[in-house]
Amino acid sequence: MPSEQKLGSAIVDTVFANMVSSQNESSLLSSEGDSQRTQYPYVTGTSVIGIKYKDGILMAADMGGSYGSTIRYKSVERLKQVGKHSLIGASGEISDFQEILRYLDELILHDSMWDDGNSLGPKEVHNYLTRVLYNRRNKFDPLWNSLVLGGVKNGQKYLGSVSMIGVHFEDDHVATGFGNHLARPILREEWREDLTFEEGVKLLEKCMRNLLYRDRSAVNKLQIAKITEEGLTISQPYSLKTFWNFAAFKNPTVGAEGSW
Amino acid sequence: MDRDATADVNAPHSMGTTIIGVTYNGGVILGADSRTSTGLYVANRASDKITQLTDNVYICRSGSAADSQIVSDYVRYFLHQHTIQLGQPATVKVAANLVRLLSYNNKNMLQTGIIVGGWDKYEGGKIYGIPLGGTILEQPFAIGGSGSSYLYGFFDQAWKEGMTKDEAEQLVVKAVSLAIARDGASGGVVRTVTINSEGVTRNFYPGDTLPLWHDEVEAHDSLLDILNASNPEPMST
Repeated sequence: MPSEQKLGSAIVDTVFANMVSSQNESSLLSSEGDSQRTQYPYVTGTSVIGIKYKDGILMAADMGGSYGSTIRYKSVERLKQVGKHSLIGASGEISDFQEILRYLDELILHDSMWDDGNSLGPKEVHNYLTRVLYNRRNKFDPLWNSLVLGGVKNGQKYLGSVSMIGVHFEDDHVATGFGNHLARPILREEWREDLTFEEGVKLLEKCMRNLLYRDRSAVNKLQIAKITEEGLTISQPYSLKTFWNFAAFKNPTVGAEGSW
Repeated sequence: MDRDATADVNAPHSMGTTIIGVTYNGGVILGADSRTSTGLYVANRASDKITQLTDNVYICRSGSAADSQIVSDYVRYFLHQHTIQLGQPATVKVAANLVRLLSYNNKNMLQTGIIVGGWDKYEGGKIYGIPLGGTILEQPFAIGGSGSSYLYGFFDQAWKEGMTKDEAEQLVVKAVSLAIARDGASGGVVRTVTINSEGVTRNFYPGDTLPLWHDEVEAHDSLLDILNASNPEPMST
């Protein structure tokens, strides 16, 4: 685990490390018994979807941060750049995602300090995340996230996912949470190797609109990110139109009064 | 607090308080109610939930009084040392991140939601929300505490970017007052703290200066005053 010693003076560091530490070694502090330390998520993000397309990877996620059943935050950025070649999308507990971004920052920093002309690619970052998440799971203290990791390095496209218990996949299209149930069936039917950028965006939007209709924690404000050999762009936040103008919606009980 | 593993993860623990932090063009305004309850009893009806960390950074505390006090004490201690080392006032961002570190790394033990607000010369007025779990989010305005449930709709409608100091102050006072009207765990007076380049101003709004909402009636000294008003006695002197 990367150290927390970034504050300056040694005295402050020692005091801070003791106070800030999440390791309940002292018997004075651990009244609950350290064998059960799974936490609960508080502020959570919902699905992330990722697909490979002709030139690279496309990823989509909405900007919602739910607090139980309340949609508390509507401008949470869940897609972030990692180094030169990768893009990460996160669902689950936002504070744990923010901590993962700090770990990744340190990882990329140390990698670049070697100054050897090499840089970590998406496959390596995905593997790093898998190890971190799996080891935390083994200590019954998980980082409560499901992550999508995608990127392009030396012409090779890579797209993978990893869950809070360390289960990881690599595929042409991946999703987290509700996205697995609602988006992947659409992608299984309509995904192709040679999707253009426009087709890819339209496909992702079809999935996101479906999630908006059917996922209670979805919000109608999303970002789509694209990563290619050339670089990464994350779109500005925008909203999708939704469609309610169906005869069956206007008169749902016309054939059976009293039903819904 | 009982952390039963079978607790419903979709029902976060609500906190007794209403706290608000709002940015305006020039600074920030922090607001809070003044009720501290232990169960159904009001332990303190005039508490001050807006706590100073440095000359230019204050926080609003909600949730467990003990947890929020200890977090603020540690952060004040660290910020004091940091200011000495830095040679100039700490930034709001640093203060907020120190709160985050404590909240995040002790998330299993702490139950406190904090709003950090202040002014520094680099970024101007800033508000950071740090809810349960230790997520840190910079926001144009933040609400927290059990009373905040009643304010999401209100702020969706009433919040505007670039308000003046007076508009922002009125908004905060109105909002805390509305929350107090409906949340049993919020009450007492409304306190506000305004922080900008010129410094810090504290304001105090006792219950009788606040507007009346639906189904609330005017306060009187006694029924007798009401009865006498409808049948006025001849002037005595």
